Amino acid sequence: MGLFIAQILTGLANAGALFMVASGLSLIFGVTRVVNFAHGSFYMLGAYVGYSLMQVLPGMVGFWGAILLAGIIVGLIGVIVEICVLRPVYSAPELFQLVATFGVILVIQDLALMIWGPQDLLGPRAPGLKGVIRIMGEPVPQYDIALIVITPFVAIALWYLITKTRVGTLVRAATQDREMVSALGVNQAWLFTGVFFLGCALAGLGGALQLPKGGADLLMDFTILGSVFVVVVIGGMGSLPGAYLAAVIISVLNVFGVTYAPQSTLVLMFVVMVIVLMFRPFGLLGKEEIAGEHGQVGEPERPIKPAGNRMRLLVAAGLLILGLLPFYSGNFAVVLVTDIMIFCLFAASLHFMLGQGGLVSFGHAAFFGGGAYAAALFVTYADTPMELALVLAPICAGLAAIVIGWVCLRSTGVYFAMLTLAFGQLLWSLAFQWGDVTGGDDGLVNIWPSDWASDNDVYYYIAFVLCIGGILLLRQAAHAPFGYAMRAARDSARQAEAMGINTKRIQWVAFTFAGIMAGLAGGLFVFSKGSIFPNELETARSFDALIVVFLGGVKTLSGGWVGAAFFEGIKDYLTRFEYWRLALGLSIIFVVILGPEGIVGSLRKAGERFGILKVPEDAT
Amino acid sequence: MSPILSVRNLSRNFGAIKAVDNVSFDLAKGELLALIGPNGAGKSTCFNMLMGQLKPSSGTVQLLGKNIAGLQPRKIWRMGVGRTFQITATYASMTVVENVQMALISHHRRLYSLTSFAHKLYREEALALLDTVGMVDQAERHCAVLAYGDLKRLELAVALAHDPILLLMDEPTAGMAPQERIALMQLTADILDARGISVLFTEHDMDVVFAHAHRIMVLNRGELIANGTVDEIRNNPQVQEVYLGGGTLFKAQEDAHA
Repeated sequence: MGLFIAQILTGLANAGALFMVASGLSLIFGVTRVVNFAHGSFYMLGAYVGYSLMQVLPGMVGFWGAILLAGIIVGLIGVIVEICVLRPVYSAPELFQLVATFGVILVIQDLALMIWGPQDLLGPRAPGLKGVIRIMGEPVPQYDIALIVITPFVAIALWYLITKTRVGTLVRAATQDREMVSALGVNQAWLFTGVFFLGCALAGLGGALQLPKGGADLLMDFTILGSVFVVVVIGGMGSLPGAYLAAVIISVLNVFGVTYAPQSTLVLMFVVMVIVLMFRPFGLLGKEEIAGEHGQVGEPERPIKPAGNRMRLLVAAGLLILGLLPFYSGNFAVVLVTDIMIFCLFAASLHFMLGQGGLVSFGHAAFFGGGAYAAALFVTYADTPMELALVLAPICAGLAAIVIGWVCLRSTGVYFAMLTLAFGQLLWSLAFQWGDVTGGDDGLVNIWPSDWASDNDVYYYIAFVLCIGGILLLRQAAHAPFGYAMRAARDSARQAEAMGINTKRIQWVAFTFAGIMAGLAGGLFVFSKGSIFPNELETARSFDALIVVFLGGVKTLSGGWVGAAFFEGIKDYLTRFEYWRLALGLSIIFVVILGPEGIVGSLRKAGERFGILKVPEDAT
Repeated sequence: MSPILSVRNLSRNFGAIKAVDNVSFDLAKGELLALIGPNGAGKSTCFNMLMGQLKPSSGTVQLLGKNIAGLQPRKIWRMGVGRTFQITATYASMTVVENVQMALISHHRRLYSLTSFAHKLYREEALALLDTVGMVDQAERHCAVLAYGDLKRLELAVALAHDPILLLMDEPTAGMAPQERIALMQLTADILDARGISVLFTEHDMDVVFAHAHRIMVLNRGELIANGTVDEIRNNPQVQEVYLGGGTLFKAQEDAHA
């Protein structure tokens, strides 16, 4: 009994930081409609800034002062980010906002690395609260008790601010109707900035508060992001009591999970989320989210046309050059291009459902890594030959996509994005924690191609045929009625349903198709590398694909593979620099704001300007 | 002759509010039936139930003897009911002709085809439909750059694609200039007349209603208070009372027609 109560108390204490980050994210989304993917980064900054302040501020007052100051400083950093990065993209489609905030994650990561260095920092303990108290014989840290007391105060203060003050009334009004509030003479820009300050300050506060328990490290941002999304989704987007309730549920669950099912702590969280969403698609205390009409950035997407003869010739020539590669270049280039082609197929599969279907998935790595793991598991445990494993990989990924797609497609927009991310995390945690089967962090090794295909040149041709074939198939699908139906469902679901199109089913099939193709890429990947590790399932991997699709050009047919080829090609070169994340993050932000057409779109424009390409009549 | 559409005791409550209360009417083949009423009368609720967006609390809607109440919009479309929206809904990333082709592809159940090229499918039929609404010269234009009146005409062509027996039009001339309204409604009436399609439409513009409707129904506070020919409705004192509180517009209409 004593242990039981002690664990509940630990869970409640852990809920504190989680609640603060989640409520900040929820607040920002409620008013600005932006899902701030960089919210975990502000949490991390809170921890680092708090740590530095605690080094200089002495004693009990210094400790708590440092936490408060850390919140304020992080809030101010949030203000800078809001003004520089988000203001230009408020009217843009969700994807652009998400990608922009992802750029912020990269920038903050490298800045933190620059300032605080790569080593983990151990948080100082709170002066006066260093001991434990015994509750029914079980030790409970005094600091935990302090957290349990503090969190409800923060929650109540927030609730009071939102429901009882004039500022809160404005915030709630803006949550319901931004245009109306600004028509009533409220300076919308500064209201947004203010809310962003508050949201980021909360994240910073959460990061600083958990210092004595968890310290500060450079992985904090992504680690908490998954949990925060789960909390926000379970609690209901925009609901403060919901965020608190869900933070407590998840934290208590985690503590019990550690004791009774240490193999499944991470998985447990996502299972709870899926169950909640089955019965309440908008979270425990959330309200139905009406899909907002989003504006456009740049010119409207153009109608597509199959390639003309000149373009076909060009593609054929390109394929010929690619196909003869082993004859005129060394082993290094052959292996590199194999990797590039595999990544191109992965990116093209995401681009297919994102570009044609408007389905912004943040967990596409689930199918890439899933296919890779499926192949690796079959090889390891059933001695499956490569040929069969390469068939089973896409099938398994497709089956996973059927299930995951069914759950995720119950919601739309940002909820859909967060659900796919959560499922990606679920598969990652399965691979990571189920060490007996998946090898955990050590991965699965010795997954080599069959003898006849073990030569790099031969494997190159296998990858060439399957990847190019897959990309061409995806492209054909875009020109086929199915691709048109996807665009119809995206452009106007209302009209599509009114002309007999089952839009959900179209999206479900598209999701599965993309999953199958990603699974094929994953299968090819594992035999090319000879091993597979959980990081291929990570959210960061999903983001990789998303970023190249975006930089390649979402509104073009070739954006996916072009972006992938470009970035996989320069990756080796780029990652040699110490602060390449900073450079990449900044370029992403610049592209979002200045060149949203991406590589292919910009090239097309340049081609039209210099008369190489024909300008369509209706070009604006 | 049995009616195309037969609505009996259709009701819908929102909590204690009876948005549509026991509405019954028939729609004959080839008839142009207008549903009018002041704001909040229940027109939209009524329309949404007929189109499948809203489930009725009670009552039946029969299309050629088959009950369609509570079916999803796409199922109702498959049974031969077309519709146009108050605010146009088209596929902005496609060309004009592709918008119509999309409806034809769906009608011929080729949505899941991966091997054919969508832009080649049913192109001739689509162009013929665009011709009937006078849009064939704009067939290759990008839908996103069309003028609003042209979008309305395109939507009409799309709604005709599966050869409907019944067309539901939610304020077909909303958002257009007065001269365009008359022209568009004249075009619509001519096409529907030629094809023998029955129409139920809502409309706020009384010029349009009086000029084209064969019959008019008046809804007030969820109840059907009148159902008759244009003249009957115009001279119905109850309609004048509740619909326009004195009826200056009706007077003006009479003067104009006198």
